[in-house]
Amino acid sequence: MCDNCGCGHQEANITVMGSGVAKTGQDHAGDHAADHAGDQAGEGGRRLAVEQEVLAKNIAQAEHNREHFARHRILALNLVSSPGAGKTTLLERTILELNGRLPLAVIEGDQQTLLDAQRIERTGVPVVQVNTGAGCHLDAEMIHRALHRLELSAGSRLLIENVGNLVCPAMFDLGEAAKVVIISPTEGEDKPLKYPAMFTAASICVINKIDLLPYLDFDLALCRQYLQQVNPDLQIFTLSAKSGEGLADWLEWLATAQPPGAAAV
Amino acid sequence: MHEMSIAISIVELACQQAGTAGAGRITRVEVEVGALAGVLADSLRFCYEAASRDTMAADSELVIIELPGDGECASCHGRRDMTEALALCPDCGGIMRPRGGRELRLRAIEVDD
Repeated sequence: MCDNCGCGHQEANITVMGSGVAKTGQDHAGDHAADHAGDQAGEGGRRLAVEQEVLAKNIAQAEHNREHFARHRILALNLVSSPGAGKTTLLERTILELNGRLPLAVIEGDQQTLLDAQRIERTGVPVVQVNTGAGCHLDAEMIHRALHRLELSAGSRLLIENVGNLVCPAMFDLGEAAKVVIISPTEGEDKPLKYPAMFTAASICVINKIDLLPYLDFDLALCRQYLQQVNPDLQIFTLSAKSGEGLADWLEWLATAQPPGAAAV
Repeated sequence: MHEMSIAISIVELACQQAGTAGAGRITRVEVEVGALAGVLADSLRFCYEAASRDTMAADSELVIIELPGDGECASCHGRRDMTEALALCPDCGGIMRPRGGRELRLRAIEVDD
């Protein structure tokens, strides 16, 4: 966010790991005289009918990304969760298990730091970090810019780790095939009820960190019931990215899921 | 906080439309927001003021037209107004599924030449 007025006029920083090159976004400094007048169209005023989606630009860019993914048979997944649910650990473990079996790439989204991209870089897969500054979500334009910095081979799985936030990323289509929402037992089983928009927008849910279940009061059956209430179509994986328990089903799904645009055999 | 991104999108779209029409400045912006769109009207108004500064829409009035949410009960299939993303059917207690009310649309702008 802009330091001067708190507005969001700032571009995301995109860093290709291994290159050390960061593109710096533009800040703007403004004159902050703002006085609302509440005018009606008066003398000489004209009314223009617009009737357009407010997020038309993001929707169009997301469609552009989606066409790009379909053309290159790339399965793009948008991973969303609250901070600390284990998105990066799930990515690391997934890459460790699947690397070599099929091409993978990662786009990391965080407000600040290259820490997550550095973790992914150690696994050896291509990774680009998007820093949103004060932005609370990735948008389709950031993904478009990141895609220009990523070499993706046909059939790749592109794993996009969104900013840790269960609210805002629900509204912004990136062109992904599916949103994967990740929750963990330390957050409590009622997350789906508290943040229904995200659980409605997602088609996959990963309940991570199940190795912690013996130490917590988390009721797994109740959590599943809440998920079902909010979105009966959710496909649920229950696993621990740390211990590896339950991981096989998730890996199998990821390896066999058809990228959009793939010709049916 | 996504209201800031949305406010910026509204200002960009309005300025683009006004520019195409050869207008000098924007005086009024009308936006339709559905009850289930996930956008807080107060937060959007607050953000709009900041987002419109130093643009053609500076000092313009943001009019938010709130549209009702429409839901269908997954059990009895009754149609009811819905104001929250997660609601129970007032008739049978079933889960309501959103069917309408996610609108987020720039309806019209008023401009001076």
